[in-house]
Amino acid sequence: MTNNITGAKALIESLKKENVEVIFGYPGGAMLPIYDELYDADIRHILVRHEQAAAHAADGYARATGKTGVCFATSGPGGTNLVTGIATAYMDSVPIVAVTGQVPRSLLGVDAFQEADITGITMPITKHNYLIKKAEEIPRVVKEAFYIASTGRPGPVLIDIPKDVTTDLLDFNYPEEINLRSYKPVAAVNIEQLKQAASLIKASEKPVIYAGGGIIISHAAEELLQFAELIAAPVTATLMGKGAFPDTHPLSVGMPGMHGTKYANYAIQESDLIIAVGARFDDRVTGKIESFAPSAKIIHIDIDPAEIRKNVRVDVPVVGDAKTVLTKLTALIKQHQPKTSRWLGRVNKWKKEFPLHYKKNDMIKPQYVVESIYELYPDAIIVTEVGQNQMWAEQYFKYTKPRTFISSGGLGTMGYGFPAAIGAKVGRPDATVIDIAGDGSFQMNSQEIATAVQSEIPVVVAILNNGYLGMVHQWQELFFEERYSSTVIEESVDFVKLAEAYNAVGLRAVKPEDVKPILKEAVESGKPTIIDFIIDKTENVFPMVPAGAAINEIIDLE
Amino acid sequence: MRHTIAALVENRPGVLTKVSGLFSRRRFNIESLAVGVTERPDVSRITIVVAGDDTVLEQVLKQLNKLIDIIHVTKLSPKNSVSRELALIKVGVDSATRSEVMQIVDVFRAKIIDVAADSLIVEVTGDRSKITAMEHLLSQFGIKELVRTGDIALHRSSTTAEDIANQGEVN
Repeated sequence: MTNNITGAKALIESLKKENVEVIFGYPGGAMLPIYDELYDADIRHILVRHEQAAAHAADGYARATGKTGVCFATSGPGGTNLVTGIATAYMDSVPIVAVTGQVPRSLLGVDAFQEADITGITMPITKHNYLIKKAEEIPRVVKEAFYIASTGRPGPVLIDIPKDVTTDLLDFNYPEEINLRSYKPVAAVNIEQLKQAASLIKASEKPVIYAGGGIIISHAAEELLQFAELIAAPVTATLMGKGAFPDTHPLSVGMPGMHGTKYANYAIQESDLIIAVGARFDDRVTGKIESFAPSAKIIHIDIDPAEIRKNVRVDVPVVGDAKTVLTKLTALIKQHQPKTSRWLGRVNKWKKEFPLHYKKNDMIKPQYVVESIYELYPDAIIVTEVGQNQMWAEQYFKYTKPRTFISSGGLGTMGYGFPAAIGAKVGRPDATVIDIAGDGSFQMNSQEIATAVQSEIPVVVAILNNGYLGMVHQWQELFFEERYSSTVIEESVDFVKLAEAYNAVGLRAVKPEDVKPILKEAVESGKPTIIDFIIDKTENVFPMVPAGAAINEIIDLE
Repeated sequence: MRHTIAALVENRPGVLTKVSGLFSRRRFNIESLAVGVTERPDVSRITIVVAGDDTVLEQVLKQLNKLIDIIHVTKLSPKNSVSRELALIKVGVDSATRSEVMQIVDVFRAKIIDVAADSLIVEVTGDRSKITAMEHLLSQFGIKELVRTGDIALHRSSTTAEDIANQGEVN
């Protein structure tokens, strides 16, 4: 117990108790007492240039490390600028704690300067949020916030603190235990359901394991590998599940859904049993829901009961943590002779027949850039923006370990990648961190070059520059009679000069043979580096399931 | 299909907003919602009537359960629960119709709680169909204003909010 410390000091002390090593943030009037405490505190603060980037960086840090990310912003616009980042983390179940300053209690509700009802605004995009009314609440609320953010299905928690609360005095006593009668994050696994699941699996001749981000969150990659090998089933990992199962493994069939592989989609459609683990049957995965996996029974394993039967019918629901459930299932099924050899033969035939492919010419192909990154830096952490760049980054790099592919899946937030890469690099300074970007997405948070330079965070941004808002442009080409409404942005910015203006390294590649040397130069520079890859602008993302179609109605190049 | 859901929630500011926000965001249809404190001052009870099929009901229950401030959610079946609604109905009357209205009120075991020269306010308690019947009968005299509380309901067993709240703490 420490007597008579300020609310601001109590906040910092509480964060230390939660082993917070870094905060991404931006100060402001309502945060002055807190930033004053931070000045001498033994916690690193990364000053961003826009609060949205603080939230994304905390998110990228969390995804790269598995720890809870922390961001700070001031009242009013500070908080509202966090909103996109919080929503991104919410959709992808990422644990972050956002602390916002608020106007003093006496001014709450009177439309004071820089007042915004941030708890009201973030209600539908946080797992939980708090408006602190008394300084004494700070330790308990911080303890609860980290617990709620990181347990069960993780998610963002926001704490809003009025300025006068941060200057009030309290006796500081950090609680040892959580007492939340209304929150029980993990239920015991129902053994009857497990047995039912096991018997369906044993009987199945055409199973498919559909693995999502839940595997990564639950640290269950090893358990998934053992389970998949035991039952000899093909594994399709979602965008959020990239790295949960090695892309290099013979049982891997790549990603399902809209820009998934043909063979993953064909396998799902012909399967007699879908085993979904930590995945949520998102519309980008299922395509036309009525036609999804028409002959399959579905086992749905998820920690969040609300995900079960939300989008699809389920034959056997199993509520629980992926790691626990997979361990128990594997034990139940032990000494099983899978009946899947014919099925695997069929899937492998599709794999050979319909591989991911593109045509080379004398221009730089975006796929080639991604392949080159994989060849040179197979252990890199790849972060992406959103759109074509994201899909190419998913398709042409082979992910083999959890937390090496970081991307905004659910919300699809352009501008996510660069600040998330900064967060990832701060959390994993040992790793090579490369943001695979588009020229459109990158411009949504390019101001963060200043953050990377000032805080010496050497991330590499590989811009696949086609001068288009590429994914929308692709849809216009295919479905809107080539009417390119507001998607052409070519020659509007010189990214090399932009990098140099911020004292970062700017490089450009225009020929395929420049790609690898320039990538090496960027990584070896040890400095924040922006590479402008001028790519073949006619290149599109294939294969592709048109909106509203079944996932086997997939179109390909030619 | 109409379902009655009882939720015990932390009696804190903003909880009702979280519940109603969840309903609008997930496009669940609320027919009525009533909220009040229970025998424990730190716990409120929300009774919600929702329209939808069983899939919708399942989602409503699960999504409500995810809200951190919700202690316990349950669906009340008509068999194992009792529910009541209260309505206040201001009916236009004159010397000719006043006694007729009073007779209807008697038959329904309702009460007249305010008398004016040209109107009466009737208080009626009962299940939804009783109130609807009453409203229908009084409409011929001219209803000037009407307010209904929405259903409140309790499970028939002897479980109290205290029990459930304590159970929550143990688990």
